[in-house]
Amino acid sequence: MSPALIALLPFIGALLPGLLIRSGRDVAAISCGTATFIALLGLCLHIPAIMAGEVITARFEWLPSLGMNANFRIDGLGLLFGILILGIGLLIITYARYYLSRNDPVGLFYTYLMLFQGAMIGIVLSDNILLLLVFWELTSLSSFLLIGYWRHLPEGRQGARIALTVTALGGLAMIAGMLILGNIAGSYDISDILQAREAIQASPLYVPALVLILLGAFTKSAQFPFHFWLPHAMAAPTPVSAYLHSATMVKAGLFLLARLWPVLSGTPEWFYLVATTGLLTMVSAAWIAIFRDDLKSLLAFSTVSHLGLITMLLGFGTQGAAVAAMFHIVNHATFKAALFMTAGIIDHEAGTRSISRLGGLRRLMPITFTIGTLAALSMAGVPPLNGFLTKEMMLQETTEAVWFGNGTVLYVFGTLGALFSVCYSLRFVTQVFLGPERDDYPAHPHDPGFGLLVGPALLVVLVVLIGMFPNTSAAWLVAASSSAVTGVAQDPHFALWHGVNLALKLSLTAILGGLLLLALNPGMLAMRDAVWRPDGKRAFDAITRGATGVARGFTERFTNGSMSRALGALSMTIVATGLWAFSTGRYQGASRPMLEVGVVPLTGWILLMVATACMVAFHRLRILALVLVSIIGLIVSGTFIYLSAPDLALTQISVEVVTVVLLLLALNFLPKYTILDSADRKRGLDAFVATVTGLGFGALSYCIMRSDFAFPPISGYMLENSYKLGGGSNVVNVILVDFRGYDTFGEITVLGIAALTIFALTETLLAGASGRRLRNWVHDSLRAGDRHPMLLVVVTRLILPISLVVGLFIFLRGHNSPGGGFVAGLVVSIALVSQYMASGFSWAQERQSINYHAFIGAGVIAAGITGIGAWFAGLPFLTSTYGYVKLPGIEEFELASAMGFDLGVFLCVVGAVMLGLNSLTRIARQTGATVNLEPMDVDPSKEAEHR
Amino acid sequence: MEFLLSSAIGVLTAAGVYLVLRLRTFAVVLGTTMLSYAINVFLFSTGRLVVDAPPVLRYGAETYTDPLPQALVLTAIVISFGMTAVVVLMALGAFLEGGDDRVDMPRADRLPDHRAGDDGA
Repeated sequence: MSPALIALLPFIGALLPGLLIRSGRDVAAISCGTATFIALLGLCLHIPAIMAGEVITARFEWLPSLGMNANFRIDGLGLLFGILILGIGLLIITYARYYLSRNDPVGLFYTYLMLFQGAMIGIVLSDNILLLLVFWELTSLSSFLLIGYWRHLPEGRQGARIALTVTALGGLAMIAGMLILGNIAGSYDISDILQAREAIQASPLYVPALVLILLGAFTKSAQFPFHFWLPHAMAAPTPVSAYLHSATMVKAGLFLLARLWPVLSGTPEWFYLVATTGLLTMVSAAWIAIFRDDLKSLLAFSTVSHLGLITMLLGFGTQGAAVAAMFHIVNHATFKAALFMTAGIIDHEAGTRSISRLGGLRRLMPITFTIGTLAALSMAGVPPLNGFLTKEMMLQETTEAVWFGNGTVLYVFGTLGALFSVCYSLRFVTQVFLGPERDDYPAHPHDPGFGLLVGPALLVVLVVLIGMFPNTSAAWLVAASSSAVTGVAQDPHFALWHGVNLALKLSLTAILGGLLLLALNPGMLAMRDAVWRPDGKRAFDAITRGATGVARGFTERFTNGSMSRALGALSMTIVATGLWAFSTGRYQGASRPMLEVGVVPLTGWILLMVATACMVAFHRLRILALVLVSIIGLIVSGTFIYLSAPDLALTQISVEVVTVVLLLLALNFLPKYTILDSADRKRGLDAFVATVTGLGFGALSYCIMRSDFAFPPISGYMLENSYKLGGGSNVVNVILVDFRGYDTFGEITVLGIAALTIFALTETLLAGASGRRLRNWVHDSLRAGDRHPMLLVVVTRLILPISLVVGLFIFLRGHNSPGGGFVAGLVVSIALVSQYMASGFSWAQERQSINYHAFIGAGVIAAGITGIGAWFAGLPFLTSTYGYVKLPGIEEFELASAMGFDLGVFLCVVGAVMLGLNSLTRIARQTGATVNLEPMDVDPSKEAEHR
Repeated sequence: MEFLLSSAIGVLTAAGVYLVLRLRTFAVVLGTTMLSYAINVFLFSTGRLVVDAPPVLRYGAETYTDPLPQALVLTAIVISFGMTAVVVLMALGAFLEGGDDRVDMPRADRLPDHRAGDDGA
């Protein structure tokens, strides 16, 4: 199976629960399990090839200009992690099915889980570091969703936020580091980077890149001092903790260290940064774990400690240590996932995970006890379990490493870590399972059903098997992965017994010391509580509060919530930028002659000036202002006619009508007068800003109009080819439906969305407090005595068929003469609106059955289908064709495929305009406007009958 | 002619900006309408001014005006209607919900509501 498909399968699986959850949680779980299983199977089919040393790749170009390609690879390292992620994922899917309660949204859980799984698989199979970064960020986001899954719990939300903040900040650092790395290597492909060891280590940017990448890896893998997010993430449901914090998310950082081990390791910087951090984390987290009362918190700190152990081993930079690191990744995943699931079972059955409330569960939950004990003993490093093997290897490596010239410090601290590890592991066993039975458990503990036990049981079988027969059970996987990490073929041989050497003595010391510490534990607990200790969460909260405070202070300084101030500043900035651009530009003065000014344009200009001045002066009388605005709009349409733009004039004048109707409808429910509430000084300042902006804009347009084109405009091409390619002689229309059809397609979609937004807003308004207010509305002005005047009704009825024919005419002629879908749509809308105005909206609405939503949809679909039609002729989207048709009885006429597109425009415009007005009138209906039974108030014919 | 048109654009802009800077919604809506006029005419004028030469192909015609800005402005006119409609409805909604038609936000509304936050951030 292609590596790309393996990475894709979990994402496909993520879609299934949403579709299938109505069929029950079993179906959702099975669908996710199937997707995971297929991916695992596909991965395992590659095992023979990988064992033979091959690397399986799949390459797709994505953004080759940026060096970002969807390249995937499977080598030994990817195989090891892939098996862990998918294999444990399968167990977790089963476990979660039985763990989550009926009230939890299970479908959502599985979707998040599969998203996370896909992101993890993506990380380990990427062969391009930019692609890897994408998946890396995706794990941060999906783990945020998983940790915060129980969103009703404040700890869950908080834990998720801390995890996201810490890992995402680390991710940011890592992006920078990766970019530097790719820049040095000259390629973003991991295969190429792995070849560039010398160049990378010789580069002066090696240390910055290393530090940045380590920041990303350490935050993800919860290394000191970023470890604090992991315990807080324990607020997640236990299946999440078992998955994210044993096998996957926290191992992503380790994966990255291993992936880049060949190019980054081996330098003193690497050794001291990585090994020291690992050592520090291992010892300190193990020390904290000894004292935790919450089972999951204990496991969380033990995880941090073991991650530190692996980090330290990778930091040593030797081949033996790399082998040990790979082996411990396997072992840790097995026993820690089993332990987390055991903790979940205890929580589920006993009702608490607090150690102080547990104890004596041995007889009540014998199977859980067996599983938990075996896994904990493995964690403690007791033979013959798998944890012992790697602990011995770790101690052996520490005895060989030298830290700042000192050969003992590493193994002393290593032994100390192991000693603490024994202590907390045994504490898990003795204080939960051993001891006398109690009678105050919050629930009645007993062994759970098969579904919860199967996962941990299988893992514990592995723990024992790997411990007893390491060379047959796990050596091949460790060999494959460590060969991929070190770049040298490895053939490790593991044994439980190496003779009496230093490592064995250290191991014995650790076990005995651990037992002693366990005996002292209660006393130490009290002692430790008395001593102050640093709290990562408190520091995090303080930093977050500080950052929020700074951001808020900054915002408050720059905006005070006044739109007027913000827009004024914006205007002045635009003017200043324009002035600066002009003064540094190459304006060469006017080069085009001015057109002569006739009487008509001069009259128009004077009218416009007067109307605008009046409009500004009287804008507080809103209805008068509206009248003045429509006058200005008319003059603008006139300008378009005069300056050779008939299409624009038609559009402007019809838009003007619907806009004024719309504003009048709105004004019905708004105050009719604007209160004067800005002081003279503010108005003076605003006038100044407005004048300066107007002067600047006017000057700009004057300069543009008086100078020649800087380079030949592309419209020459359009004029030439309008008829040849588009089959129309109205070039504006051909541009709209053909040359720039994509734009128009986008624009009618936007228009449709705007209308639907209006509809949705109206729905919300009518449902909420506004609806109640509207129902009690008291009209502030008197109703007109003659609301549906006879004259208007009769005239609009007469006009309707004529207007519809005019609309059709304008639509049909649009391709060759001024007109087209936009104008026709507006004309038809006006014809319909006038019916509504004459007899009232409700009256008219009852007499027609057109659904305006459907108009918008049909319009967009019609335009889309016309565009797609071009594909069948093997042409790009929206290429139009045309031909001539001769029907008997009428002249020969032209049919262009662009007409279908224009029809879409037409329908969309009619739908959008009518839906917008419809929404406003629905608001009017809410106020209890009466519905007239007759089309007009005074009907002479009826009165004649009465007489 | 160019001077007349550019001065008209300037005046329309100035009126639009002044109205947009008012504190009540309806004035702002009118202001955006004025600004739309100004900007549509401005975009149109970038094709330079030509009289009596519409962009419709005819036999024997030598000069045409630039059709491209016209096509752009045509859709802009329709879109600005859509925008005005949305803004008007938002203004209406704000008035009905909030009881007044001011556009700026009083300080009390800007500060985060402490009652809603339960975990301190």
